[in-house]
Amino acid sequence: MKRTLPALLLLSFSLVAIAAGVEPRAFDRPEQEARYRALIAELRCLVCQNQNLAESDAELARDLRDQTYEMIRAGRSDDEIVEFMVGRYGDFVLYRPPVTVTTALLWFGPAVLVTLGAVLALLYVRRRAGRTTGATLSEDEEKKARALLSGKAVDP
Amino acid sequence: MGRYVALGLFLILLIFLGYGLTLNPREVPSPLIGKPAPAFRLPTVADPAKSMGTDDFAGKVTLLNVWASWCVSCRQEHPLLVELARKGSVQVYGLNYKDTRQDARRWLASFGDPYVASAFDEDGRVGIEWGVYGVPETFVIDRKGVIRHKLTGPVTPENWAKTLQPLIQRLQTAD
Repeated sequence: MKRTLPALLLLSFSLVAIAAGVEPRAFDRPEQEARYRALIAELRCLVCQNQNLAESDAELARDLRDQTYEMIRAGRSDDEIVEFMVGRYGDFVLYRPPVTVTTALLWFGPAVLVTLGAVLALLYVRRRAGRTTGATLSEDEEKKARALLSGKAVDP
Repeated sequence: MGRYVALGLFLILLIFLGYGLTLNPREVPSPLIGKPAPAFRLPTVADPAKSMGTDDFAGKVTLLNVWASWCVSCRQEHPLLVELARKGSVQVYGLNYKDTRQDARRWLASFGDPYVASAFDEDGRVGIEWGVYGVPETFVIDRKGVIRHKLTGPVTPENWAKTLQPLIQRLQTAD
């Protein structure tokens, strides 16, 4: 087991590497390549929906990678490229959509739910704590309990 | 008391989840609705020497149907498009997406050709301009060349009767 776990992990990583249909690209400057990688990690594939452009092997993802690559080579800025994609495919192509009225629930929903859960849990715990203080033993019971704890046998 | 709060929260969750089931996650709203159709001019499927483009729509309400011979759902919607074209309900243009000319022509020969013309978008560049991500897609373009509606997935008798036809009629009578 100690040896198989790292081996399995390694295997799963290599599978991811195979799945990612990322073509080798030639750039003039390393800075361009870094931007390219960042962009295709940020943009979502519309066909598979839960993968970004870098991970997806769908044909459309490949075309959009080509598009991103060419726009970077043509000297367009990141904002221009993102604008190009959003103009055609909508905010859906962004893994981090802008905060608007329609995306507010998406952005703040989880925090609201966690807060709500914490408040409810706190109230619940407090109420329970108040309830358990009333338990007491009678004199007789206390004697028995003490005898049991000291290890002496007692008649029932 | 706490029991009712929990039940209430559960019901709210249930309503949200139930509503989610009625939505189609494949349907991504197009930002192109209400915007002028992205202009293009491409050679046609039928004849590489001839071309087809957005200028040809001029002045008429148009359906632009994105199709491909490799697309299974296209075959499903095709008979309806052929019928619409035959009845002259609306002019239908095609955008043949990432296909080969040979396959596309053979496909039209065997299933019928409802299109005034089909543009041959071999590398899918025009498709990207139009935000195409799942074939078939159908755009409704008004007389001024503005995109008014986009349907992702096949045209069916249901969505034709419920959405497309009323919209097209309204656009045809509007000035």
